Amino acid sequence: MKFVDEFRNNEYSRKLVEKLNNITSEKINIMEVCGTHTMAIFKYGIRDVLPPNINLISGPGCPVCVTPQSYIDTAITLSEKNDVIIATFGDMMKVPGKKGSLSKAKAEGIDVRIVYSPMDCLEMALENPSKKIVFLSVGFETTAPMTAITAIEAKKNNIKNLFFHTAHKIVPPAMEALVQDKDLNIDGFLLPGHVCAINGTKPYEFLSRDYNIPGVVTGFEPIDILQGLNTLVSLISKKEYRIENEYKRIVKTEGNPTALEYLNKTFDIVNSSWRGMGIIPKSGLEFNSEYEYFDALKYFNIDYEEYDGSPGCKCGEILKGKIKPTDCPLFKKLCTPENPVGSCMVSSEGTCAAYYRYHKVVK
Amino acid sequence: MCLAIPGKVLSLDGNKGIVVVGNMKREVFMHLVPDANVNEYVLVHAGCAIQMIDEDEAKITLDIFKELTENEIC
Amino acid sequence: MQGGLQMDDTITLSHGSGGVQTNRLINEVFFKYFGNDILNQMNDAAQVDIDFKKLAFTTDSFVVNPIFFNGGNIGKLAVCGTVNDLAVSGAKPLYLTSAFIIEEGFPIKKLEEIVKSMADEANKSGVKIVAGDTKVVEKGSVDGIFINTSGIGRIYENVNINCSNAKAGDVVIINGTLGDHGMTIMCERNKLGLEGNLKSDCACLNSLVDSMLEAYAGIHVIRDATRGGVAAVLNEISEFSNVTIALEENSLPLTEEVKGASEMLGLDPLYIANEGKLCVFVPEAHAQKVLDVMRKHPLGSNATIIGKVTQESGQKVYLNTVVGGKRLVDMPSGIQLPRIC
Repeated sequence: MKFVDEFRNNEYSRKLVEKLNNITSEKINIMEVCGTHTMAIFKYGIRDVLPPNINLISGPGCPVCVTPQSYIDTAITLSEKNDVIIATFGDMMKVPGKKGSLSKAKAEGIDVRIVYSPMDCLEMALENPSKKIVFLSVGFETTAPMTAITAIEAKKNNIKNLFFHTAHKIVPPAMEALVQDKDLNIDGFLLPGHVCAINGTKPYEFLSRDYNIPGVVTGFEPIDILQGLNTLVSLISKKEYRIENEYKRIVKTEGNPTALEYLNKTFDIVNSSWRGMGIIPKSGLEFNSEYEYFDALKYFNIDYEEYDGSPGCKCGEILKGKIKPTDCPLFKKLCTPENPVGSCMVSSEGTCAAYYRYHKVVK
Repeated sequence: MCLAIPGKVLSLDGNKGIVVVGNMKREVFMHLVPDANVNEYVLVHAGCAIQMIDEDEAKITLDIFKELTENEIC
Repeated sequence: MQGGLQMDDTITLSHGSGGVQTNRLINEVFFKYFGNDILNQMNDAAQVDIDFKKLAFTTDSFVVNPIFFNGGNIGKLAVCGTVNDLAVSGAKPLYLTSAFIIEEGFPIKKLEEIVKSMADEANKSGVKIVAGDTKVVEKGSVDGIFINTSGIGRIYENVNINCSNAKAGDVVIINGTLGDHGMTIMCERNKLGLEGNLKSDCACLNSLVDSMLEAYAGIHVIRDATRGGVAAVLNEISEFSNVTIALEENSLPLTEEVKGASEMLGLDPLYIANEGKLCVFVPEAHAQKVLDVMRKHPLGSNATIIGKVTQESGQKVYLNTVVGGKRLVDMPSGIQLPRIC
């Protein structure tokens, strides 16, 4: 597959690994913000080939993990209404709420359908005129434009039975909250390549300018990640504080202005609650007044009361990179992929889920 | 949060297009890549093309790696 | 009695009530295609002569949705699944039973198509369907049609294939590409909008197994990789044999279709179901001979070595990745779901 296979080349990977192991021996803490990076790093066994002085910390870039438990509980409440079809990405199916998960609800006969794309909800709405389709729109800047487009298309085509239960968040404010935490000891960030494809590199310049922390925009193929790490470790060891882009085939400095326009057209930026991190100012997206009639909570008159997660669950501290999953007393004992307590364990890219599988092997 | 894959544009129809990834075709939203043409490559995420793939930049990157492996650089 | 079965009709409760309609259904659909010397005796139990001491005996139920898919249908699966379970136990599959639970309203034409597929597969694999049963249930009680098949086979004398036989140094061979069946079903069932030539690999593998055993009777393990994919079956073997298995990421054979669909949906082909794939553990010295013979067989033309049993202690399966790292391939938990993260 073009633009994929070439970036999985064995020879190049091994050369980059060799290079990475010869930059510095000082102890370095790097945070990979994006959950998809966590998964890719796990998938390709990259931790295995890192020099022992480089410590990778998984950050809060997993939209499923940072969505408060109240979101899932509300989704299940919505699903219980007779004329509602819940449409969702597969990622949300197993996330545990107080009343169980969407998977469990589906098993009990509730109409929950997995979609690959929100655009499929437009067809679902047309095919089921007597039903109300509620799409669970979760995700960061990479995914939010899709929700915007779907709402715009629904408006254009006069589709009146499609609604969204939204929990879109934006990444840079969360990163600012992270670096303000004095307990956090991060020397550099692997920046989320596909979020940057939308919002460009400028929103991250504050990291180097105000906090002397370098960041490298990184892609997701093994070569991209190794190259990102190489550049970042170099910057850190040379004390060069700037943002570099190692994903130029996708990310432009200005991002995707068309995508940003769609976001501006449809959403307002609001304060948002990140599970385990509290409320982060101006870090969420909600439909603006022109599109708010698509909001499922407004349409169904639901008094949305937000609450975080299960007691004893340390997802919040794990998301901030303060502790490892192995430091959580519930990890592997009460909290496992089969019986997850928090979303870090059940999300496909949750740090705990990745650790659970990874830590059984190697060395 | 960002599983996306490069695909080739096979056809365009207004704001929609058919993109192929490894012999599998899928209709995608093309709103975010208004300048995309047939036979060009786009990055597809959840049924939406979110950015064009800059083939020149890809080549530059790969050439750097090629040189890296050809010269014995420590 | 007037007329015969109306093929444009649907199954009704009376087709399962043991009377005239049941007999019509049995004669005009089941016996029409399954008919053989044993079945035609119409005894309550099939009576067969056997001249061997050790038999293999297995059963499996099939509830797949969609019932018809590219590459087969529930009937083909039902015959191949049971034939394969016998074959990988080192037995020659001989006789099958088939029991049907059908939802009222199920089109008779579709039932005939399913039964014909079963007969075709049975003929191809050399087994006879010698006993059966039909029940019809009210609408909503089953999803269209469920089928159970049970089978017996004669265990080959000079062969010792067992899940616990894998040894350090064994080479792991697969007869073709991963994930074809599961990906086909997932895309057809969930209407994910992906179009391409995905096709189930559903097939009876007994003749392939026979040719492998003829090449080398000392094969240690043969298992078919079904639900849970190659990952599930290798983990089972690792546990029962108490060995560590190392796979090579670069060696895993995939069709372009499964590759493309996996990348788009965020799925790992190692965990996707197959219905025509074998994992074979052969001592290294004999591996090439077995591989050559597999490649000559139509169901093994893409046979390839995907890994080996290492000298390491412990029960685990891992993948040597393209970057030279290791990734654990653990037992699948729950069903695989498409993701965007």
